[in-house]
Amino acid sequence: MPKRRVVITGIGAVTPLGVGARPLHERWASGVVGIADGAGTCAEFDPSEHLSVKEVRRLDRFAQFALAAAGEALTQAGWGEEIPYDPLRVGCVIATGIGGQNTVEAQLDVLREKGPKMVSPLGIPMYMPNAGAAAVSMKYGLQGQTYGVVSACSGGANAIGSALRMIQYGDADAAVAGGSESTLTDFAFACFRAMQALSPTGVSRPFDARRDGFVMGEGAGVLVLEEAEAARARGARMLGEVAGYGATADAYHLTAPEPSGGPAARAIELALADAGLDAGEIDYVNAHGTSTQLNDAAETAALKRALGDAQAKRIPISSTKSTIGHLLGAAGAVEAVATVETLRTRIIPPTLGYEVPDPELDLDYVPGEARPLILTNGHPPSAISNSFAFGGHNVTLVIRGAES
Amino acid sequence: MPAVTTEQVESRVVEVLASFGPDADQITRDSTFEELDIDSLDLVELAQIVEDEYGVVLKGEDMKELKTVGDATDLIVSRADA
Repeated sequence: MPKRRVVITGIGAVTPLGVGARPLHERWASGVVGIADGAGTCAEFDPSEHLSVKEVRRLDRFAQFALAAAGEALTQAGWGEEIPYDPLRVGCVIATGIGGQNTVEAQLDVLREKGPKMVSPLGIPMYMPNAGAAAVSMKYGLQGQTYGVVSACSGGANAIGSALRMIQYGDADAAVAGGSESTLTDFAFACFRAMQALSPTGVSRPFDARRDGFVMGEGAGVLVLEEAEAARARGARMLGEVAGYGATADAYHLTAPEPSGGPAARAIELALADAGLDAGEIDYVNAHGTSTQLNDAAETAALKRALGDAQAKRIPISSTKSTIGHLLGAAGAVEAVATVETLRTRIIPPTLGYEVPDPELDLDYVPGEARPLILTNGHPPSAISNSFAFGGHNVTLVIRGAES
Repeated sequence: MPAVTTEQVESRVVEVLASFGPDADQITRDSTFEELDIDSLDLVELAQIVEDEYGVVLKGEDMKELKTVGDATDLIVSRADA
């Protein structure tokens, strides 16, 4: 059975740059940094503007983000009250790295202060990592395969990849996929700080010689994916295509990436093969680019291994984490949204804060300002979006822009 | 524990239910939980608040019998007076 093609018909995002996919790309491209005091907080997000009283009360902040981003994406896709597909053939996959951390901590306080009888019956349904997927499925009546994905900072990309596969191979005709995270608590900061993963200076400057760790952020990204022929038949506007997906594991270390980039390179190669593209047809790389010493070096090595030295040096590479920090399980999805906008607008946002080159990292990380995306071969542009994670998970998506 | 009046309890129950989602002005003594979209999870939370504030323990089997705001109010008042 040949693989079916999967197009993107809607995107949504809640990020430290604001509510919406457009503000994410526009503000990033114009040089705005959404990080303040060492964190990427979604300060503009007011849940009551997007959700009912009941939804706000019953959803942890991470799931609120997922629902708001899904709402934006589904509105853009033109899905009204009636889903344009058999609901049993519409999947929903929403990742998170941690889940309802705010709820866990609040209910632990209740337990300690008032005892076990006063712990909320909403505790579990609010902190379970599948709460985002469940909320989106329930609100929009999506009855196909619905689940959360748990692979730390690769989760958002794994979710999109899983949704891609279910449509490619006929288990679903459409899917809502993404990732969501909200873990900006003292406890989570302390945990990441104890690992020495966080930037002590609070600056996210991926690939720069002075990079000293990641900056934690929060938010969500969601995409609406539809089988290409069905989308065309219903007259949907196509924003792009999820053309390829590849995933591997390092099996190397709990937190450190495999330094040669070998398994990560393989994920890139698998995604390119899935898309039927070679390195020469890639116009942009949206890097995982966390701003840690180890990630940015290993990712650079992986890109060179997978694309070849010459192509790796030709292709512009930028990191969304330079503007919003690291959104953990939401990162891959938010970065896929940013990549769709990059391909649609043909504007490549820069790696903000990148000023001092690391002599070991010699690729084009798009310093300074946004630049126009130059098509390599006259076809709709294509991009790679990488996600890597604690635990050694490597995920690459290949995203193709729409015909202009 | 001082005796509580039906009016006091009903007004507190309405206030709590309103915080769960429905508009306070649509909640009457005869409103059913079903029409207010108040489900079993909400009722457990209501029971926790009632126990905390009135010292009245409402168990799962008690809650299953409750259909309306008035049912809940009357049960709480009768237990509080007992």
